[in-house]
Amino acid sequence: MLLAVFVLLIAATAAAFDLLLGYGAAGLVVAVVIAIAMAFGSYFYSDRIALAASRARPADGPEYQRYHNLVEGLCIAAGLPKPRLYVVDDPAPNAFATGRNPKHAALAVTTGLLTMMNRVELEGVIAHELSHVRNYDILVTTVAVTAVGTIALLSDLGLRFMFWGGRSDRRDNVDAGSVGVIIAVAALALLVLAPFVAMLMQFAMSRRRELLADASGVQLTRYPPGLISALEKLKGDQAVVHHATRATAQLWIESPLDRDQAGEGKKGSWLNRAFDTHPPLDERIAVLKAM
Amino acid sequence: MVVGIVIGGLVLVALLVLVLSYNGLIRARNRIDNAWSQIDVQLKRRYDLIPNLVETVKGYAAHEKTTFEAVTQARANAINAQGPAQQAQAENVLSGALKSLFAVAEAYPDLKANQNFLNLQEELTSTEDRIAYARQFYNDSVLGYNNGIATFPRNMIAGTFNFQKRVYFQGDPEAEGPVKVQF
Repeated sequence: MLLAVFVLLIAATAAAFDLLLGYGAAGLVVAVVIAIAMAFGSYFYSDRIALAASRARPADGPEYQRYHNLVEGLCIAAGLPKPRLYVVDDPAPNAFATGRNPKHAALAVTTGLLTMMNRVELEGVIAHELSHVRNYDILVTTVAVTAVGTIALLSDLGLRFMFWGGRSDRRDNVDAGSVGVIIAVAALALLVLAPFVAMLMQFAMSRRRELLADASGVQLTRYPPGLISALEKLKGDQAVVHHATRATAQLWIESPLDRDQAGEGKKGSWLNRAFDTHPPLDERIAVLKAM
Repeated sequence: MVVGIVIGGLVLVALLVLVLSYNGLIRARNRIDNAWSQIDVQLKRRYDLIPNLVETVKGYAAHEKTTFEAVTQARANAINAQGPAQQAQAENVLSGALKSLFAVAEAYPDLKANQNFLNLQEELTSTEDRIAYARQFYNDSVLGYNNGIATFPRNMIAGTFNFQKRVYFQGDPEAEGPVKVQF
């Protein structure tokens, strides 16, 4: 559904572009091609990029036997091939999954998570991450990022070209009467606001996919209390992962970036919450408890 | 002329739906067979782990003869069981014997500290989990397949090509009662 709105937004932006500049279809094609090239480049190498960015190392060694066992068990339950397993040396408890499809997937957990969680909690977290792989969330995110990129490019190009002058014959048509001016202003506003709105939609979609991964994970383990207990432990822990960046924030089970403590107790302003890649932990726990 | 094209297009679409549905049902059915074999793979893994476990415990608790014999006998029975009903029953007896073995091991703190024993315990626990997950996957596959052959419009294809409904894996009826804990 959100994708449909994305498409509409792209169409509206392209229409505004066309109206103000007369480049129309050519501009849209250029923007889409560039955005797709950028996004799918990162999609194909998403696993390598994410793993390198977080300084993950392969989880070899007898101390990770339980980690391997839990992943293998859940892969049997899901009918998935076993992903490559990695560990991130960080006391903050967190985990992420990446990879363009189940055959090329990778899973990483922090050493902090392995120490903090007991068996059923660790299983719940791993099930959540495997569900991201199973639901092709990397693909979904890439498509969303492509859409946002297209819109941003269109908007950027459109605003730039307006200063440099577009095709003069179309621009003459636009200035016919006050209605034309209103439409032109609306188109301008759309060009300016569209990237912002698109970003908000991308974050909203990220939150939805996180809730879906929670639900799919519990479908695998058939044991909601495991994940609930893990999320409650995460709630009590405020540590921040050292090598996380804004770009990879979406992939982790809990937002790895610094969260304002004020947002937990009182209701944070809508604008703050709109930029979260993850739904608040309280909401996720409440949803799981209702199952 | 246009009517001819429209009819031709509809026929093509119908054929496509037929082919895709049939292939989907075949894939679902094969998945069930694969899932059933996966259960066997995990059961075999359990059989292979048990002798090692018995030897480790014997090293510390040599006089607990009855428990060891029960486990070894139950394992032999499970390996030789014929047919799913007999196998399920033998598996349950083996699970019970293993539980007794671990209960016995509780009384020997040196054994509990032994790294080998701890590793084996972890392996057996995860193998039990895997068996459970393999059975869960089997049941999920059966559910998907049974839904596929019963819902409209694929039930017509299922009827034509004789796709049969499949049976779920049943749990142990004893296990559904309250668990008796005896010290």
